[in-house]
Amino acid sequence: MLTILKTLCETSAAPGNEGAIAKLIAEEVRPYVDEVYTDALGNLIAHKKGTGKKLMFAAHMDEIGLVATCYGEKGQVYVAALGGVTPQTALYQRVRFSGGAEGVLVPDGKLDDIAKNLSLQKMYVDLGAKNEEDAKAKVALGETGVFGGCFALQGDCVISKALDNRSGCAALIYGLQQAKRNVNDLYYVFTVSEELGLRGAKAAAVSIAPDYAVALDVTPTGDVSSTNKRAVSLGEGVAVKIMDRSFIAHPIIKDRMVELCEKHSIPHQLEVLEMGGTDAGAIHLTCGGVPSGCISIPVRYVHTPGEMISAKDLQNAGELAKLLIEEGIE
Amino acid sequence: MKKELIHLAAADGISGFEFSLTEAVKKLMKPYCDSVEADTMGNVIGHIPSENPTAKSVMLEAHIDGIGLMVSGISEEGFLSFVPVGGVDSAVLPGAEVWVYGNEQLFGVIGMKPPHLQTSGRDAAVPIDELVIDVGLSGEEVRNKVKVGDMVCFAESVKALSGKVLSGKSFDDRAGLISLLLCLKALKGKKLPFHLYVVAAVQEEVGLRGAAMVSERLAPDCAFVVDVCHGDTPDGGSESIFKLGSGAVISFGPNIHPYLSSLAKTVAKKEKIKVSYDADGGDTGTDAWAVQVAGMGIPVLLLSIPLRYMHTTVETLHFDDVKAVGDLLSAMLLNLDLEALGCTFQN
Amino acid sequence: MYLSELTALPGVSGNENAVRAYIKKRMEPLCDRIEIDSMGNMMCFKKGTGNTGKTLMLCAHMDEVGLIVSRITEEGFLKFKTVGGIDPRVLVSKRVLIGEEGLPGVIGRKAIHLLTPEERKKAPKVKELYVDFGAKNKKEAEKYVTVGDYIVFDSAYREFGDSLVKTKALDDRVGCGALMELAQEPCTWDICFAFTVQEETGLRGARLCARRVKPDLAVVLEGTTCSDIPGTNSNMVSTRLGGGAAISFVDGTTSFNRQLVSWLYRLGEENQIPVQYKQTATGGNDAGIIHVSAGGILVISISVPARYIHSPSSVISLQDYKAVKDLTKVLMQEVDYADNIENIM
Repeated sequence: MLTILKTLCETSAAPGNEGAIAKLIAEEVRPYVDEVYTDALGNLIAHKKGTGKKLMFAAHMDEIGLVATCYGEKGQVYVAALGGVTPQTALYQRVRFSGGAEGVLVPDGKLDDIAKNLSLQKMYVDLGAKNEEDAKAKVALGETGVFGGCFALQGDCVISKALDNRSGCAALIYGLQQAKRNVNDLYYVFTVSEELGLRGAKAAAVSIAPDYAVALDVTPTGDVSSTNKRAVSLGEGVAVKIMDRSFIAHPIIKDRMVELCEKHSIPHQLEVLEMGGTDAGAIHLTCGGVPSGCISIPVRYVHTPGEMISAKDLQNAGELAKLLIEEGIE
Repeated sequence: MKKELIHLAAADGISGFEFSLTEAVKKLMKPYCDSVEADTMGNVIGHIPSENPTAKSVMLEAHIDGIGLMVSGISEEGFLSFVPVGGVDSAVLPGAEVWVYGNEQLFGVIGMKPPHLQTSGRDAAVPIDELVIDVGLSGEEVRNKVKVGDMVCFAESVKALSGKVLSGKSFDDRAGLISLLLCLKALKGKKLPFHLYVVAAVQEEVGLRGAAMVSERLAPDCAFVVDVCHGDTPDGGSESIFKLGSGAVISFGPNIHPYLSSLAKTVAKKEKIKVSYDADGGDTGTDAWAVQVAGMGIPVLLLSIPLRYMHTTVETLHFDDVKAVGDLLSAMLLNLDLEALGCTFQN
Repeated sequence: MYLSELTALPGVSGNENAVRAYIKKRMEPLCDRIEIDSMGNMMCFKKGTGNTGKTLMLCAHMDEVGLIVSRITEEGFLKFKTVGGIDPRVLVSKRVLIGEEGLPGVIGRKAIHLLTPEERKKAPKVKELYVDFGAKNKKEAEKYVTVGDYIVFDSAYREFGDSLVKTKALDDRVGCGALMELAQEPCTWDICFAFTVQEETGLRGARLCARRVKPDLAVVLEGTTCSDIPGTNSNMVSTRLGGGAAISFVDGTTSFNRQLVSWLYRLGEENQIPVQYKQTATGGNDAGIIHVSAGGILVISISVPARYIHSPSSVISLQDYKAVKDLTKVLMQEVDYADNIENIM
């Protein structure tokens, strides 16, 4: 699973520009399902027929990123955030645009002067461009970019950008590839633009009209001093979500997940998140109400180039996805 | 119905955990409905069919969830940390008494560090993550009985204050549901030219969720939502504030269908029901906001009951206002012309 | 040109009746069928020339920002709330028209002499303002006005400068006017001209149109912010007045399909129609709710830049307005392109 995770992390997919990663995932899942297609927004939908109720899995493919909005005379490229980019984290990060251009996000002015109310508006991407014309040749307006942050594996610990949510994608791919049978009529949906407000999932849920939904996503831990105290820790198992700002997990789903974890001795922890949201939040409100839940992979330093997860937790998330597929939800 | 309100407002059931209320709500609805069902989300829906099966339909809606807390962690020593569910005013928390719904129902109090030890000082509101629930058991016992994600409710019953003024924890919006029942009671035996659904919806306090789901599924031709609005207090100002005992509050504005608000006005005048008017420039902050754009769109009216100290353990209302809403609703249903409603924007 | 008449009509969100009636009367002879839904959205359908089975939805919202009466004081003043996003600083000492009868009133605040030095520095709050229409007291006021009456800015249509126009409600009567003027243009796809309600209160009406029509492509015609005035850093200038039709590639509610956006920009260039990108990622319009509706819909947004938007005196260039119409007209002719949007499968 770590091999596919590395490939996924190293592929760029800013919100609204998920084509490349969708192609990659499509090839991974195609042999294991009955059909694969995309919708108007770019959601990748893989359908595996089953006789039971319609169960939709959702893992978002996009990562936080930037979009080029205008040029400066000296070849600066000004950008806006796509998703939850914190300016403090973004400053001096490497940026890779979808056309291949590389740059660094730097302060527009003296750092001391702008540090107090730091915002992306007070930064630009330096491409090393000579002038505006040169910048235009390198990056088009509206072109998206993602941050750097290479993939590293150190014992049980994985460090990379975009673990939110390539971990969820990897766990779902693992689950659907390893599952030997299935009960439910399954829709594996790799969604777009989650970071912009659960947009892809919202649309996909309406066209699929599932009976149940399970999202796979990361959840911030509470085990380091810079975070709020939360019960979730790295390496303590897959997290079964109880609640976040976007939804409250339905007993049908969360109890089934806990039951499967206990039955198969999968280390798990229960997660209550006071903020944040995931695709399940958008899905559960559609179609007159869809009982939903979420398999969460604990992550430290979310939305930074140094997101950190435990390989064991990821494995457990993959196993839980596999069990949900094999044993189903009635 | 006052007795039912007192009973219902004291019942425990916060957003996402309304299943504990399902049976009680069903029982309340049954005398007035042909059938009562709960859906998988916990929304309870009573149905009073019209004699004409192809008739249009009308939905009456109030939400049954209350605000509360949820266990988010268990300390070594057995203290519980928690997060709010819905818009809890953290000022009411220090010293509050609670029920923790673990494997068994545990009594607890919300404690805080002595003021001189708090990081933020005496003048600041206590941050919610500096408060704990103390259930008086050892760490091990607590871990055996309580899990992360368990529901925590305020241990508060309803008390009668002077006159018809009542005070309790979940009048928002159990009082709304009681006014719907008062309406059904008044209509009992009367033949209506439309199907009537009465809905006790879940998860309003966390984002108008139950109403969005139910109204899309039922797709009624029009809907009446009952919720609470702010009652008069010495410190509350005068904008969108209503005197306790001043009757039903009729809402106006983009969220509200003009035919319905104007009908409410006319009917109230004719039937001499006490009402006041309120207007919002957009979001009313109630289920009406979700209902209006559900499915292919649903004309909606919002009626409100003035309530003091909203989202605390001592929400306070005047029972006559609950009755006024019920009276207005039943009178409106008898005067409702769905054909005229449908023609509102046609010319 | 309909623009001067359209902008004069009152149409605060939730009360678009006058605008709808005006448009309906003129669209009826130009299309096959009109549907009006329970919220007041009006959809005008026209069969395409190509029997493609595809539908193009062209959208503009009829509503404008404004005020609503929330309380009548004992002295006969009207307390109000804002409808849609209005900066309270533009409200002080503006003329307004109240209710169905359009009674004239003014937005009052105590005179500068009576403001404390601290109050002078602070932006006024809506709660501190009121509308005065000359009533002696509450009783008299209630003869003419009731809680829930809508209040609209009183601002005349005026052409000035180099083909500029000043008036209220240019956002989005420019879109409505453009749609009406495009009603007879040929298109192979079936067309729905959707005049939506309540965009300003949170993209409320358009979602119902999207669900009902389920178009294969939706094009939202808008008035958008134009911040090309002095003191704005160049990287914060969203659009420029006179710079042509503004095409959005991303805003606060939508990230637009890149292939479609580039195609549209090229269409403008190839046809000598002035086009510009909207160069900031903020704001939003009906495209935001349409693209996530009905299982996902391809969207495009083309805007007329409007300075001082959401105020009684917003300003557009008639050249930009023409560019938006011209670009949309070409888009209608070339709409088959949308069939070729790259499908990764």
